[in-house]
Amino acid sequence: MTVAITPLRRYRNETPYPFCPGCGHSSILDTLSEALVGLAVDPAQVVIVSDIGCAGLSDQYFDTSAFHGLHGRSITYATGIKLARPELTVIVVMGDGGTGIGGAHLINAARRNIGITVLVFNNLNFGMTGGQHSTTTPEGAVTTTTPGGNLEHPLDICATVGVNGAGYVYRGTSFSPDLAERIVEAVRHPGFALLDVWELCTAYYVPANKFTRRGLESTMERLGFHSGVLFKRDVVEYAAAYREAAALLPRRTSPRPIPTEHASALGVSVSLVVAGSAGAKVRSAARLIGEAAIRSGLWSAQRDDYPVTVKTGHSVSEIVIGPDPITPVGVTIPDVAVIVSDDGLSKVLPMIEAMPASGLVVTFPEFADVKTRAHLEVVDPSEVETRVPKAQRALVLLAATVALLDLFPVGALLDAAGSGPFADENRAAVEAGLALRPRSGTIGSPGAGTEGRS
Amino acid sequence: MREYIDGSTAIVRGALDAGCSFFAGYPITPASGILMAMMRELPRAGGIAIQGEDEIASIGMCIGATLAGARAMTATSGPGISLYSENIGLAVMGEVPLVIVDVQRLGPSTGGATTVSQGDVQFVRWGTAGGFPVIVLAPSTITESYWLTARAFELAERFRCPVFLLTDKELATTLGTVESDSFPLVQPWTRQVGAQGAPYRYEPAADVAPLHEFGRDATVRFTGSTHDTRGFITKHPPTVDALNRHLSDKIEGHRGEIELADADLVDAADTLILGYGITGGAVRAAVREGRRRGLRLSGLVIQSLWPVPETALDRAIAGIGRIVVPELNLGLYRREVERFAGDREVIGVNRVDGELISPEQILEVVG
Repeated sequence: MTVAITPLRRYRNETPYPFCPGCGHSSILDTLSEALVGLAVDPAQVVIVSDIGCAGLSDQYFDTSAFHGLHGRSITYATGIKLARPELTVIVVMGDGGTGIGGAHLINAARRNIGITVLVFNNLNFGMTGGQHSTTTPEGAVTTTTPGGNLEHPLDICATVGVNGAGYVYRGTSFSPDLAERIVEAVRHPGFALLDVWELCTAYYVPANKFTRRGLESTMERLGFHSGVLFKRDVVEYAAAYREAAALLPRRTSPRPIPTEHASALGVSVSLVVAGSAGAKVRSAARLIGEAAIRSGLWSAQRDDYPVTVKTGHSVSEIVIGPDPITPVGVTIPDVAVIVSDDGLSKVLPMIEAMPASGLVVTFPEFADVKTRAHLEVVDPSEVETRVPKAQRALVLLAATVALLDLFPVGALLDAAGSGPFADENRAAVEAGLALRPRSGTIGSPGAGTEGRS
Repeated sequence: MREYIDGSTAIVRGALDAGCSFFAGYPITPASGILMAMMRELPRAGGIAIQGEDEIASIGMCIGATLAGARAMTATSGPGISLYSENIGLAVMGEVPLVIVDVQRLGPSTGGATTVSQGDVQFVRWGTAGGFPVIVLAPSTITESYWLTARAFELAERFRCPVFLLTDKELATTLGTVESDSFPLVQPWTRQVGAQGAPYRYEPAADVAPLHEFGRDATVRFTGSTHDTRGFITKHPPTVDALNRHLSDKIEGHRGEIELADADLVDAADTLILGYGITGGAVRAAVREGRRRGLRLSGLVIQSLWPVPETALDRAIAGIGRIVVPELNLGLYRREVERFAGDREVIGVNRVDGELISPEQILEVVG
């Protein structure tokens, strides 16, 4: 749809400003209106996003669209607007206070080069709330919260966003004759643009520091803060880059239904706990068991327990398999426990100790001395010719367990292993597990470990 | 055909099918699965997904994007909801449709990141200044995670307000088997968009004005300050009163439309087992098993926690002498039930040790 552009002769409305006599806000806003005239934009396609404080009142004096949100967060709303509708002109109006409380947003918007224009009304203190010091208050300056002079170094807004990749950065004052031209340039710049405009707060900063128009420039000089256009880079705007990258992506992932190609005679539900180490593919091995059960017409659920760390500590998965839908209620004492590693064993030891004689514990020779009333089966990977990779120990042991219990046809597990990612590795691990024989070989009946539980 | 998926996958699918076009979130266990799936799938579906620099930025971007025409969702856990607080208020005040997923984890502060809890059930309701109502839905199964997400989008649009989908670590990350055809058909809600005139309307108080989006034919004013119908800041007492009553009445006045509960009631029951979320599974199983043992039980699994589903509650407790409320907290929703219970005994079954409540644990109380 083409919208006819209806630029205005001025973007200010008729309402008089509410600012103090001599406050820089009025003149900066008049200059913004002048810049918008120069840009000749449709006012409905311009959104002024105002922060909080005296500068936050600004949007009410403009005939454009407006968003007045929370303190310091104006850049986040502007980012959302620009991401959703990149063709809109989005201008943030914020005070120096907003650059402090919203510092993280300022830096990250610059880094991303989201195509918004940030106009900072920098009067070196908090005006609306009573003249407190802000992040840009110069060292030594007196404010209502720095009665003995400010001890903090002021934030160099321009250097901060500039060093983090901002496309366009300018510093001037409310008296700079080129301000309207620079605002036009900033808005036209495709990337993140910021104008740090220093001005006088006649209510607080001026009387407290005997500050003058000349003081604005001399303070910049004293601090070594440069003025003028400080950064101007060719950058790719984020919302545009996002759309370009997204266009190359494949279509949305479709659901992956699991076919029922095998049958199981399992009549009761069986709970297995596989206990291994985090990062050792315990969860993905457990998932293959569940998928194989579903391939056999059964229902499965898998609940995982792991610490916040990634490749250290335990990883325990509970799998419940049965002929009917499973309610995930947590397994307190499993029918079958599969012990893969020390980390896993120490986590589930209380469970193993509580397992009844009808239970089954399957593990490797190094854990053969585990104390349990349950039936213990030990399988020895050295019995098979193929070397079992350490990362596949969980799947190998689970495959051996499944074969032992005859929960469902081993073909279902081979199919599940062969259908997903890492198909070759997983099939090899399942085959190795199936080739392993438990030492005692006394268990063979379906659901042997499930007596008394359903 | 069946699928083996977790609740997070169902939430993402529900959001996409409901027309979600914008997602912003910050990594946090156990909600990161939703963030990662959205980052992967949303651009493929023509939408935008972004990882914010923090939770505050994430919800802020969602609010901005919504005003620019998007259907937005964000997802986090309790500590992230803490950071969302001020922007939840902005969405309430500015009447912004927004879906917020809270994947609950245990305890205050960092708590137990990988541990299940239902500790945010009051927090999401009262989590921002002012005390104004929000809508909170709570799925209890993977399939419900799908269609309640879609319903959350509908309600957010219908009432122009934040809608929470309250889930938890176990429901979001536990794999379960679902029939492929068990997902109900979901259609994206057609947003009523205003173009001219005032973007807000307060009378009649329960009415909801269409959302005015940026970048259409007319200028739009949006504000989080107390405002008149045109979006200008005001302290005019009659206008302020009308605005604030409207924010409450538009939800309270439509309780019946919002109410959702899965009731399994029998006339002869003397005990009602009432739960929600992950505990709903144990409630259903306990009712089944208890009846098998000859107990006279009714069951109620609440799917719309806020506003409290008064009609469903009244119906469920009729003729009941005793209400059992299992929760993975120390009785946070039980107090809502007690408001309706009259002389009936209300018994909590509560766990805060990171383990789930089993059907057997509920039946021990029922006796």
